[in-house]
Amino acid sequence: MEVTVKVFRFNPEKDKKPHYETYKLTAEPTDRVLDLLEYIKGYYDGTLSFRRSCAHGICGSDAMRINGRNYLACKALVKDMHSDKITVEPVLGLKVIKDLIVDMDPFFEHYRSVLPFFINDEEPPEQERLQSIEDRERFDDTTKCILCACCTTSCPSFWANEKYLGPAAIVAAHRFIFDSRDRAAAERLKILNEQFGVYRCHTIFNCTIACPREIEITQAIGEVKRAIATGKLD
Amino acid sequence: MNNHQFDVVVVGAGGAGLMAALYASKTANIAVLSKLYPTRSHTGTAQGGVGAALASEEEDHWEWHAFDSVKGSDYLGDQDAIEFMCYEAVQAVYELEHYGLPFSRTPAGRIAQRPFGGHTNNVTGKPVRRACYASDRTGHMILQTLYQQCLKNKVNFFDEFQVIDLLVVNGAVAGVVAVALGSGELHTFHAKAVIFATGGHGRIWEVTSNAYAYTGDGIAVSMRRGVPMEDMEFFQFHPTGIYKLGILITEGVRGEGGVLINGLGERFMEKYAPRVKDLASRDVTSRAMYIEMKEGRGINAGRYLYLDVRPETVNKYAALDGRKNIDGTPYTVTGEQILAKLPDIVDFARTYLGVDPVTQPMPVQPTAHYTMGGIPTNRYGEVVIDDQNTVMPGLYAAGEVACVSVHGANRLGTNSLLDLIVFGKHAGLRAAAFANGADFQPLPDDPTDFSRAQFDRIRTAQGSEKILDVSNAMRYVMSDGVGMFRTGEGMQAALDTVRGLKERYRHIPLTDKGRIFNTEMINIWELGNLLDLAEMITIAALARTESRGAHARDDFPQRDDVNWLKHSLAWVQPNGEIKLGYKPVVITQYKPKERVY
Repeated sequence: MEVTVKVFRFNPEKDKKPHYETYKLTAEPTDRVLDLLEYIKGYYDGTLSFRRSCAHGICGSDAMRINGRNYLACKALVKDMHSDKITVEPVLGLKVIKDLIVDMDPFFEHYRSVLPFFINDEEPPEQERLQSIEDRERFDDTTKCILCACCTTSCPSFWANEKYLGPAAIVAAHRFIFDSRDRAAAERLKILNEQFGVYRCHTIFNCTIACPREIEITQAIGEVKRAIATGKLD
Repeated sequence: MNNHQFDVVVVGAGGAGLMAALYASKTANIAVLSKLYPTRSHTGTAQGGVGAALASEEEDHWEWHAFDSVKGSDYLGDQDAIEFMCYEAVQAVYELEHYGLPFSRTPAGRIAQRPFGGHTNNVTGKPVRRACYASDRTGHMILQTLYQQCLKNKVNFFDEFQVIDLLVVNGAVAGVVAVALGSGELHTFHAKAVIFATGGHGRIWEVTSNAYAYTGDGIAVSMRRGVPMEDMEFFQFHPTGIYKLGILITEGVRGEGGVLINGLGERFMEKYAPRVKDLASRDVTSRAMYIEMKEGRGINAGRYLYLDVRPETVNKYAALDGRKNIDGTPYTVTGEQILAKLPDIVDFARTYLGVDPVTQPMPVQPTAHYTMGGIPTNRYGEVVIDDQNTVMPGLYAAGEVACVSVHGANRLGTNSLLDLIVFGKHAGLRAAAFANGADFQPLPDDPTDFSRAQFDRIRTAQGSEKILDVSNAMRYVMSDGVGMFRTGEGMQAALDTVRGLKERYRHIPLTDKGRIFNTEMINIWELGNLLDLAEMITIAALARTESRGAHARDDFPQRDDVNWLKHSLAWVQPNGEIKLGYKPVVITQYKPKERVY
């Protein structure tokens, strides 16, 4: 099929402001939008810049806005766009560096601020710490996060105030708060109870819709809010 | 400002690099350089499990694991290193759990384990549950957990730094040169020790499970500085890639009872591996698939086969095989259990194939997957640069980029993640210990000269070649000539073509003249690495006139232990030609014998 791909372009070494370029190409319905970008870069304009690596939705490099919604370009198939016109733009809320590449540093700073690592200073047993299947299941969903930023950069609260930790950081905290082996839930809940924590979330659900890993993000944020309100982790 | 000094520099932030960083940072001042954000590393795509004889649910021993790995390697693996890895495996997996890794659990709360290809109970010969897993995203959980622990331990990261050159002075390591992708500027990292953990080079082939980033950078950079490469002719093709795309479908699908089905509806693996059937080692299974398709029993004009994990199929063959649960009851699965145990696989199949694996079989074909060869090391991650295993001071390698050799001619599933954590750890420990007892080598007068020369050549190239045309031609000819089945004639033709492509490569003009995120420049540089490696792989493969593990030759179909029970070494000479040498395989207790599954 013939598709028209309109791509956001910005070269910081040349352009004062961004513009769009349009490319016409032949695509298979099962092509990934990433395949189209590779083709454009290979045959139309070698300067087009974007991040990518695994190309199947696991590494989280290629989050971008496609037809107005956040996707990983490698998980967005042409047929799923339901249109022969495809517009590709960088994610919102993070500074554009070049074309589809944004500055991820603020995103990772928020991630790092919630103690996103296992904390348990008790002497571990010689073998594994035991954990029941149910206790493991309790935080299974939030272990899937690949830090692609599709959620945070689709969140109107984050667009409104970049100091908001954002859904991805809360998901990272959730993964440890509800892990029966971890011992630092209280510290994380304190961080998330602060001014730019969970209460900036207004349950708009954009994050949940955007998540390429299908994590129930709004629900996870709700669970963290409840834990803060009740002081309980059940 | 662009000059840095650290005791130890780790290049690559996948499982091996992060494990090395965690350990080295305990006693040394270190930095991790990665061309990607660390969590984008390819370790994250590993699915099925990490091998260790924990015996969570049934009898197992690290010695059985060692024997299976030796056999899996087609006796080319060094047995002392394999024994070391399998022994260390048990503690290493517990250690990951102590770091918080969310393994799936057994009803008793222990780390869950599933069967995998080539892993057996050495008494019965039947598959054993040895792959410790976290759903079907074990690599993702290892990568996340190790990155998180590195953050906790305040490891210094230089994200999106592409290493271009290894600095060698007086035969010892002096550091590396890297380009900061965001600024395009070169940075010199003066270091006492450098650990390469840059992964593999599966982008050389057409249908591949490997990430775009898998361009053999660590190998290319070090071989240009005179480091030899070991066993480059051995590259693994995984049996089950998604048709056309090559995206990996874990062997864990077969571990959970899935079977391969040909166009006649037959479960053909029982012909090729009567005892373990669909859980034969990967080289055996991939070749069987290729033969089925070549002999006209593929599906849709022989293009693919089915991987069938529908509950009715699993239950039918589990009953025929007499497969039992731990408590002795017959093994059965439901659609919900498939979905719960293999959620990512279900997602991949739905997204990329439009197929729901719970109700439909998945079209699959073998896919380029894993680099068995690489930078020669001993079991402590020290790089050894000749047939006497002479250590190069300050240089270390771990993970897929390294060749210890624990995988020999064919790696068993789950041993890659194991390799990362065991040898990543020991490389980190050794490098830090070395750095604490050594002085810095002086930097060369102009440390970035070779890096600048490489980029200048790309910047000034004249011509009208396209990077995609050259890379596609390479992938096609390497799949055709140096793929799963090889002949002298086919490999010679491939070698001639690759050399022609190296010439065409010099005529790819650079259109992006900028400095900031010049991804075109990096892509061209990476393609140069792949072409250099493709040439070396083909030369090493042409020389090996036998079939062993993943190296299968129609013109030399038998394994030849008399002449070829040895590792190859390949050096790039100053004039650009490649010289081959060999070194013996370390045999401890497992005498080579015929390999039957």
